[in-house]
Amino acid sequence: MTLLDVRGLTVRTTDGRTLVDDLSFSVASGERLGLIGESGSGKSLTTLAVLGLLPDGMSATGSIELAGTQIVGAPEKRLTAVRGRDAAVVFQEPLTALDPLMRVGRQIAEPLRVRTGLKGDDLERAVAHALEQVRLPEPERIARAFPHEISGGQRQRVALAMALACDPKLLIADEPTTALDVSVQAEMLELIDTLVREREMAVLFVSHDLAVVAKVTDRALVMKDGRAVEEGAVHTIVGAPREEYTRTLVASARRLESALDLRSAR
Amino acid sequence: MTPVLELADVALRYRGSAGNVVEDVSLAVEAGHSLALVGESGAGKTTLLRLLLGLARPTSGRVRFDGSDLSLRDREQMRRFRRSVQCVFQDPYSSLDPRRRVGATVAEPLRSLGIDTRATAGPKVAAALERVGMPADAADRYPHEFSGGQRQRIAIARATVCTPRVLLADEPVSALDVTTRVKVVDLLAELKQEQGLTLVMVSHDLSVVASLCERTAVLERGRVVEQGDTGQVLGRPAHPYTRRLIESVPRLPA
Repeated sequence: MTLLDVRGLTVRTTDGRTLVDDLSFSVASGERLGLIGESGSGKSLTTLAVLGLLPDGMSATGSIELAGTQIVGAPEKRLTAVRGRDAAVVFQEPLTALDPLMRVGRQIAEPLRVRTGLKGDDLERAVAHALEQVRLPEPERIARAFPHEISGGQRQRVALAMALACDPKLLIADEPTTALDVSVQAEMLELIDTLVREREMAVLFVSHDLAVVAKVTDRALVMKDGRAVEEGAVHTIVGAPREEYTRTLVASARRLESALDLRSAR
Repeated sequence: MTPVLELADVALRYRGSAGNVVEDVSLAVEAGHSLALVGESGAGKTTLLRLLLGLARPTSGRVRFDGSDLSLRDREQMRRFRRSVQCVFQDPYSSLDPRRRVGATVAEPLRSLGIDTRATAGPKVAAALERVGMPADAADRYPHEFSGGQRQRIAIARATVCTPRVLLADEPVSALDVTTRVKVVDLLAELKQEQGLTLVMVSHDLSVVASLCERTAVLERGRVVEQGDTGQVLGRPAHPYTRRLIESVPRLPA
């Protein structure tokens, strides 16, 4: 069953520039799709458009159907109902994604309260549970902490807990590990992988890093200058890229990696 | 041979902090060689770079430049030092003055070191920009007109315009896309090769380190846990922390 169906999505600015150009793709329930591209390729705008979160001065045309709801042109009220329930997002920078003045627990409680109507002790337990889910040690302590009091990796786990709190059908992850250290990144990727597998959740994973995308998704869409360049299984794209641009991308990644292999002959 | 830059038993503690940020660090950078400082956030990589740049003074231990202690009060030595040691920072969006033309930014070291005046700097600026592969008209334009990779090239042109012996680079490619990253790594390798530039690079990206540096020092919580030949350190890591770092690097499927 198709969960997300994007047809002819075009994002334009008010001064007439086209940032995403006639993009089409779909994600089935439980499927994991990677959006790969370099800065300016329109991959992040695409995810924002899916949630109806495009910044002022940009407008989308075409069709985005998310779990049966048309997102393009939808009134704010309908979008609020979709966000969190049908699709939730984890952004790149956990420090800006979290409210610095609000304790972590309250930030997770907010969507839970609105969606589930839980109150008091029940709500508190649900928050602790959400934090445990993302393998945070001492959930009670973390819930009382402010974002600046915990590490970057912990913050990103909190952001993931917020996204997963209402059991969305689709998790959108926009470069969720780019701001993290390598060893923390490895843990985080494994965590995302395990959690979405357990829940049979669909994932739209955005990254510029082919190797990172390959860890989580089965299929990938390569974007350049707002257009789709190539789509297919991650293994095929990495192993036998068809388009010139994809070839350059893979070759660059391979070159850096081979330097590492040469040095660390294993 | 006397190392160009050397840290001997250096420790640094920021005012008001409980413990040392870096401790017991001894590193030497020989002329024409390249050294990578590897570690995760909070490991003290940037602090070491600040010490090597003379931007911070060690709480204990010594920083030596050409064999003699670096003294921030010795103006003559500091001038020699600044002329010999230049740096490139991580974020090309914040390290260039948005209100100055690229030419003026690149000429800045020449002016401040008293090598050239604004009027005579022109040819050297043009040569520096050309060396990093920037178009000739770049000098008259502003930073916002350039992409991230081009801005990092401009930052490298600024750092190399006074033909320093040592280039210190703090995560020089981590803000760049992978295709751009490869190009800037190539550029640094070329400068190393052709100008005999000594490179000290802070990075968390092991593949970039492996591409560029002959020696590697691995930092964990302010201490050097392992240092040596890059092939040795990455190929046969002796410390569990190094091993964990290497294993964490995401790999492309075969």
